[in-house]
Amino acid sequence: MARELPMLFAINEALHIAMESDPDVIVMGEDVAGGGGRADQGIEEAWGGIMGATKGLYTKFGASRVRDTPISEMGFLGAAVGAAATGLRPVAELMFIDFLGVSFDPLLNQAAKLRYMFGGKVRVPLTVRTCTGAGTRSAAQHSQSLYAMTAAVPGLKTVIPSNPHDAKGLLLSAIRDDNPVVFCEAKSLLFGSGEVPEGDYEVPIGKAAIAREGSDVSLIGIGQTVTTALSAAQTLESEGISAEVLDLRSLYPMDEEAILTTLEKTGRLLIVDEATPVCGIASEVASLCVDKGFDFLNAPVKKVTAPHAPVPFSPVLEDAYMPSAARVVAVVKELF
Amino acid sequence: MDLSTETLMDMYRKMRTIRMFEDKLSELVNTGKLAGFLHLCAGQEAIAVAVCAHLRDGDVVNSNHRGHGHCIAKGVDIDGMMAELFGRSTGTCKGKGGSMHIADLDKGMLGANGIVGAGIPLTVGAALTAQIKETGGVAVAFFGDGATNQGQFHEGLNMAAVWNLPAVFVAENNGYGEATPTEFVTPSTDLTKRAASYCMRTESADGMDFFDVYEKAGRAIEVARKGEGPTLLECKTYRYYGHYVGDPMTYRKPEETEEWKTKRDPLDKFEAEAVSRGLVEQGNLRRIDDEVRESIEKSVAAAEAAPFPSVDELTTDVYYEND
Ligand SMILES: Cc1ncc(C[n+]2csc(CCOP(=O)(O)OP(=O)(O)O)c2C)c(N)n1
Ligand SMILES: [Mg+2]
Repeated sequence: MARELPMLFAINEALHIAMESDPDVIVMGEDVAGGGGRADQGIEEAWGGIMGATKGLYTKFGASRVRDTPISEMGFLGAAVGAAATGLRPVAELMFIDFLGVSFDPLLNQAAKLRYMFGGKVRVPLTVRTCTGAGTRSAAQHSQSLYAMTAAVPGLKTVIPSNPHDAKGLLLSAIRDDNPVVFCEAKSLLFGSGEVPEGDYEVPIGKAAIAREGSDVSLIGIGQTVTTALSAAQTLESEGISAEVLDLRSLYPMDEEAILTTLEKTGRLLIVDEATPVCGIASEVASLCVDKGFDFLNAPVKKVTAPHAPVPFSPVLEDAYMPSAARVVAVVKELF
Repeated sequence: MDLSTETLMDMYRKMRTIRMFEDKLSELVNTGKLAGFLHLCAGQEAIAVAVCAHLRDGDVVNSNHRGHGHCIAKGVDIDGMMAELFGRSTGTCKGKGGSMHIADLDKGMLGANGIVGAGIPLTVGAALTAQIKETGGVAVAFFGDGATNQGQFHEGLNMAAVWNLPAVFVAENNGYGEATPTEFVTPSTDLTKRAASYCMRTESADGMDFFDVYEKAGRAIEVARKGEGPTLLECKTYRYYGHYVGDPMTYRKPEETEEWKTKRDPLDKFEAEAVSRGLVEQGNLRRIDDEVRESIEKSVAAAEAAPFPSVDELTTDVYYEND
């Protein structure tokens, strides 16, 4: 049975299922219990993570498996890597992906490389959940979409769901994957609802999904920009252009086949990404199209992204910073 | 205590400004007039004001996400701050920074900071500038108890100590990092112990008591200025609001907050002591209250009337080109 649930609840459900189905799964991060577990003081449940994604875990699974960490990202991500390499299956919460700045080594030089350096003699079944994206007036250090940085590192996988159904299934896949996976949660999507099946199911890593069928142009969305692409597609339809929307879902490994298939079908392709444009996922998709899909192209591949600038605070600037459906529509029209 | 009536009134005015500024922001967010995540410092005013009372032009302070009080105490203009929070072009940072990034180097304010602990090494760098250029300046970092678990805290203190830098590290220990009580994540809640391995001087103050912080910060800053090295100054304090405006505060009991507000409020305490010692007259303080209230109302009105930045500003200031 499916119900309507916000993405946040879908993530919470996945964590409950993962912890129930595997005693090796542990959850760690800042405020994941959030001061809960003090029955003596009448404070049994408290924050459950900054957004509330880990609510209820502490009460159900206990202090040993659900840990509030100090504000020591380098330390606790490193510990999560070590724990993963020695028999646990940690799910670490990096509150915002911006904090990669103070915690990259455990991912970049440890999690990503141990297996290779050890000649294949270790598995690192680590999941790092992290919030991404702009639109919440949180300014330059709490709004970035740095997933291209983790996607670029050999040894790491990076995924980003665009809806509650995929969030639950992808998180379960990520946790059960024997590789380190960065699981991105677009902040602006967390409170939006969608259908979520009950029980245990997985959405495979490495597979994109068609979010809308179309025949004239392919719009590729990433997390939050799937919504942007869908809304642009609707406008385009009223103007006689049929847009197909592909939800990338997995940034590495990237579903090359799905991208090339839609490109072959429509002959035109545009990527919408809220990340900055230099060395980004949009560039990666564009390069794939030129490299392996050249013969399908009837028009240049287009990118609609944030500018090469930090995320501004002022609401008017932030709104202009983010790729909008209107910009997508305008750029698509240039292709015909 | 070497404080004149005039200075005391100025100190009170700054603390009252911080309190009313924060109360106003809470109201503005709750009525939907302001967006963003605002971390308010009501309850912690005495620390910023008592520390900055010893600083001069040329000294530098660095702050964290809970930075409005540090900015006001160091002399950043509240009209500019308010406009910044409203995202206007007249803001301290042209509306580009917002609450967590207010900065004004002309006033020696090297920025609030959204990355916990990041201001500490920046402060070390400012102290290094003062030392190498022999400016006689001092650099001060304000940060929370939570930040003392960051590598940047430990790396920063170690460098400051080994290079004997003119720096003061002010730990505002308010008992929580977001929702998590300090004792969940820090083996001793006496944060001064952390300085021991860096052979660094320490001071411990009641952060709700202006006079206590004033005395201890004064010693620390004097030592730094004389070239005798850095100090870790811990101030025990409490934040009245949640971690941010909108925080459900499920991790603490309302009675706990009430107790601090009613029994240990830094403004009440300052007033009781200054009045009973005959240093200031109560009537004068009430007059200050009125003036501050009015100045804050004015700053809100001016901010609301100010223009938003032009969209061209999106991609300016990314790199230095020309002034
Ligand atoms: C590197 C980093 N990690 C986590 C956060 C999220 N965060 C913002 S404030 C905060 C708590 C800080 O606690 P403390 O240093 O005690 O300061 P307080 O808020 O209590 O004043 C956290 C975890 C952050 N901004 N930066
Ligand atoms: Mg604190």
